[in-house]
Amino acid sequence: MPKIIKDAAVIDDSWQMPELETTSDLPEGQVLVSLEYWNANQEDISEVADRVGLVLEPTETPDQIEGDLKAIPVIAVNFPIFADGRGFSIGRLLRERYGYEGELRAVGSPIRDQLTYLSRVGFNAFQLAEHYNPEEALASLNDFSDSYQVAVDQPVPLFRRKS
Amino acid sequence: MYIYDKIDQQIIEDRVTQFRGQTERYLNGEIREEEFLPLRLQNGLYIQRLAPMLRICIPYGMLSSKQLRALAEVTRKYDKGYAHFTTRQNIQLNWPALENVPDILADLADVEMHAVQTSGNCIRNFTTDQFAGVAKDESIDPRPYCEIMRQWATFHPEFAFLPRKFKIAVCGSETDRAAVRFHDIGLNLIQNEQGETGFQVLVGGGLGRTPVIGSVIREFIPEKDILTYLDAILRVYNLNGDRNNKYKARIKILVRALGPEEFAKRVEAEWQHIKDGPATLTEEEIERAKGFFTEPNYQSFDADQAEQALSDQASQDKAFGRWLERNITEHRVPGYRSVTLSLKPIGVPPGDVTSSQLDSIADLADEFSFGEARSTHEQNIVLADVETARLYELWQKLKPLGFATPTLGTLLDMICCPGGDFCSLANAKSIPIAEAIQRKFDDLDYVYDLGELDLNISGCMNACGHHHIGDIGILGVDKKGEEFYQVQLGGCQSNNAQLAKVLGPAFNRDEVPDVIEKILSTFVEKRVDGESFNETYHRLGHDHFKEVVYAKDN
Ligand code: SF4
Repeated sequence: MPKIIKDAAVIDDSWQMPELETTSDLPEGQVLVSLEYWNANQEDISEVADRVGLVLEPTETPDQIEGDLKAIPVIAVNFPIFADGRGFSIGRLLRERYGYEGELRAVGSPIRDQLTYLSRVGFNAFQLAEHYNPEEALASLNDFSDSYQVAVDQPVPLFRRKS
Repeated sequence: MYIYDKIDQQIIEDRVTQFRGQTERYLNGEIREEEFLPLRLQNGLYIQRLAPMLRICIPYGMLSSKQLRALAEVTRKYDKGYAHFTTRQNIQLNWPALENVPDILADLADVEMHAVQTSGNCIRNFTTDQFAGVAKDESIDPRPYCEIMRQWATFHPEFAFLPRKFKIAVCGSETDRAAVRFHDIGLNLIQNEQGETGFQVLVGGGLGRTPVIGSVIREFIPEKDILTYLDAILRVYNLNGDRNNKYKARIKILVRALGPEEFAKRVEAEWQHIKDGPATLTEEEIERAKGFFTEPNYQSFDADQAEQALSDQASQDKAFGRWLERNITEHRVPGYRSVTLSLKPIGVPPGDVTSSQLDSIADLADEFSFGEARSTHEQNIVLADVETARLYELWQKLKPLGFATPTLGTLLDMICCPGGDFCSLANAKSIPIAEAIQRKFDDLDYVYDLGELDLNISGCMNACGHHHIGDIGILGVDKKGEEFYQVQLGGCQSNNAQLAKVLGPAFNRDEVPDVIEKILSTFVEKRVDGESFNETYHRLGHDHFKEVVYAKDN
């Protein structure tokens, strides 16, 4: 089973990301589906809600998600290339504006050295580009001991924490 | 000057450790080339034509003497004993070895310096007026706000992988010395009718391949809201900027595509969600930042006596008088002046300094200006707080050091990028052009007679030498593998910002000084009543100059 990082540990990942036509049936098991599929199959999905998650592309923002976003067990945000930084804003919006509390996963090809920033904007799960060893990568979650700005991990900016 | 506290220091040391690890993993082949690229860029490291280049940040141009000495030491220890001041108030090393960069950054961190976000597609150094805090025409000192925003931008987790680089300039004076109209975001610090402090916000200005003058998207944003408003602008840009074509990725293209009104609307809509959130500045924080930029211990003098003595010295010593006229700026405190040390002596690439010169600047700063110096975007150094009565003494010390070239603001104070001698993106060399022009126009009386004149040179259309906003701009172009130079006229960087227009077909290197001479002679012949170059140019029209320059000799 493939490994991912979740909540600062390496775990086996059981979620599949099959390519689906909007008209195809949901496969068995835990699946992550595209936004298009998600929005087109709300009824079917609601029956098996706890085993269906969503993958957002960098052009897809949370306002386009139909149904109760908070109930989605996993939302993955795709980084088709690691340097495409739109996912950082999408993650933050999901957490801060839409109150999403489930698993927020960075997929595609994020790299080890983005882990700090990704977790700051709200991601708690990471499927790194293949050539990274997730065990070793864990170390990069804690590159900084503190930070200046407000973000998901630290809702109080440094200047408000200084006496 | 801002002084780090324990947390600031820890964060910057964390960064050094992080980059040390990244460099090791890269050298071990554990990080791919294309993945290491943004990591090293965001630590200031380019791979240049001849060697890596390290761009060190000088936040809004402020340097202490201690930092200057550390820079001198770094250039000696890790480089060839010199460095280069850039047009964004930073300083570059041209020959560091990749494997030494973590050590260099560690040495810099010891004096509260770094190379964070000096390149790459992220928020870059904030630039401002080199006379901040001392300028006579200043209404609000921009430096405390620059520092607040510097902290906000440093390791901002959401905006480290923007579509493209992002530059912000801040100005608090009547005359714009920060070129706010030519930045991704330009901020004018102002007071509204109620006497509240805030910013006029411009977006979408910039030079480079598609030069654009920025548009005002908000007339007034209160100071407390500046960080949330910046977050809103950056978020709209991050989500909507072009990710496919790097030539269309700057915010100016997005602003143009949407139109400034629509862009402003989107920012406003985004801002409504985050406004009044925890990133809203507190009065205590603004006061805390201001506390680092209080007045130095100015003495009071008999100003009249000092002025009298100064004019006596100037009339007795002509050379001193010249320098006084060109390289000295009025100060808001009586009995003080700001002095610009010219880094443009003939035969030296504009903005270059040796390590011993850096040490000398540190000594001079200690002796004459409360231990501080500033870098300018015209690639010179300012000692901001010099006693009028000690100007003569300072001048005598500057001469043997090569800092007293009395040409500030003139043709010979040209801005010039490193160009083809160092930069791998260059189409043509720029330093030899600067030198050829300096040699051709070595008659200072002639140069003074021309008055204020900006001549700016870039080695390619990335425009690091700001060629679009010079009275005369020179741009290196490539024609079938050969270096040519396009000449542009009529640019202006300040309050009535204008972009220069291309004169016509490009010239080869040897022709450039003569072309400049033709342009200048036309100006001298045709100007009336003390007109500036820009005024004569606009009165006569572009075509007039074109005809003169391209006329067949007979
Ligand atoms: S303008 Fe071009 S040649 Fe000059 S420094 Fe910039 S990128 Fe290099």
